[in-house]
Amino acid sequence: MQYMLQFYSTPEEFAAREDPEGHKAFRASFVPYMKALQDAGIIVVGAGLQKPGTATSLRINRGGGHHVQDGPFADTKEQLAGFFIIDVPDMDTALKWAARYPGGPGGGVEVRPALTQADLEVLHKQLADA
Amino acid sequence: MNANAHEAVERAARESYGKLLAFLSARSRDIAAAEDALADAFGAALSDWPRAGIPANPDAWLLTAARRRLIDAARRRQVRQAAAPTLLTVAEEAEARFAEPAGLGDERLKLLFICAHPEIDAAVRTPLMLQTVLRLDAGRIASVFCVSPAAMARRLSRAKGRIREAGIPFEVPEQRELGTRLEAVLEAIYAAYGSGWDHVAGGDLGHGGLAAEAIYLGRLVAALLPDEPEARGLLALMLHCEARRPARRSAKAAYVPLAEQDVTLWSAPLAREGEDELAAAAKLGRIGRFQLEAAIQSVHHRRAETGATDWEAAALLYEGLVRIAPTVGALVGRAAAVAEARGAQTGVDLLDELPPEPVTSYQPYWAVRAHLLARLDRHQEAAHAFDRAIGLSEDPAMRAFLIGRAEAADAA
Repeated sequence: MQYMLQFYSTPEEFAAREDPEGHKAFRASFVPYMKALQDAGIIVVGAGLQKPGTATSLRINRGGGHHVQDGPFADTKEQLAGFFIIDVPDMDTALKWAARYPGGPGGGVEVRPALTQADLEVLHKQLADA
Repeated sequence: MNANAHEAVERAARESYGKLLAFLSARSRDIAAAEDALADAFGAALSDWPRAGIPANPDAWLLTAARRRLIDAARRRQVRQAAAPTLLTVAEEAEARFAEPAGLGDERLKLLFICAHPEIDAAVRTPLMLQTVLRLDAGRIASVFCVSPAAMARRLSRAKGRIREAGIPFEVPEQRELGTRLEAVLEAIYAAYGSGWDHVAGGDLGHGGLAAEAIYLGRLVAALLPDEPEARGLLALMLHCEARRPARRSAKAAYVPLAEQDVTLWSAPLAREGEDELAAAAKLGRIGRFQLEAAIQSVHHRRAETGATDWEAAALLYEGLVRIAPTVGALVGRAAAVAEARGAQTGVDLLDELPPEPVTSYQPYWAVRAHLLARLDRHQEAAHAFDRAIGLSEDPAMRAFLIGRAEAADAA
């Protein structure tokens, strides 16, 4: 099963990564975490993201057309900082890896299963029957 | 008055919940229904006791209230006709029991044996004990075990359904199977403690959050089965680990490995109780896994008196342990102890012998390995092992400690 680990960071964490000491500390814990995932052979894809301020969001208007604005889509304190899609047997295992995420307090990880081909087929069948 | 009544309800919840639940479900075999009935009874106590006063026998009051709910619920659901008479028997028996001086008795042991029954999935045994005997809510249990709360609730309810439907009897197993059945109970309790804290220099804290609950259960089993050496061995083991808790973190909340702990911070009363339990277990003349593990902790404890650790004694005990219980934790612990007693290289050799699969993502393995390789000046390999141990750490204090060690090794 594929699961997406979405890492959320606080503004303080994003800010800390900007200064040399903070960046070093971040790398000292995050790089080994990434390597451990790699060595376990479970990473499908993943990326770290630039700070939320670099985002541009495109919102679809009800009446048609788009509204484009600077900044992340959701206006929350904690923002997406990076993600991995991992291939592990079950949610328990995915959560175990989430528990190893070396983020600071206030941040955290959202773990969500990906839709599988089987899920899509079930969905397709339900729609066809309806 | 009001505050007193609330306090009385809370005290009853703390002290009697498991007993009441065990009593009710031992007869109906329906743990879920007994839980609902007891929740209602405690709710009724909260509204009733402040008005009417605290009853002379709070447990009897709660049991009567819960029993009434059980009968009502059974009638409402129109369950099998046989259920109602059973429930009435429960009620009568309960009344009769309270007339006796011993009161409710203690059926929690039976409940523990049910929770760790071979028919019940090993992964849900500990959560089931915590919920039924100690009334921990599924959400908290889920967080401690790092499982989705919805999945945890589902598993608990499935296990209760299994107990009801498979007709698993509420009883203490007979002598001939007591040993194996008890082992399952003890393992489940130990899992609540967070296994293997001090096994190794870099042992992960695990979910130490339920240590008090685990010790409570350990005391309960040891008290109810005083002639079972392994029950007392497990209690001794947990008490020794617990005795060192105050020394495990510095004033700045940094992780302090066993070898560097200030022995004056260790709790003497807990350690003494651990020693007493272990001695009592040894007198019973049947060695087992938990007694060996407790004996290893006892060796560490002796440093408080002698100022040094007898690593050769620890290594020998580990060798005995891996012969009867070759868990990854014990194998890694043995390598660490042997390394201290007979040199880092011997320890690394033992680690090299372990099959790769179970250790790939086992944090203590990499922590011990890193530590030993650094001592052997095999810097590149040590750096790799440190990385792995850091990447697999769940506890921030442990992670920070290992990052510090890795940097020191790198600079050397």
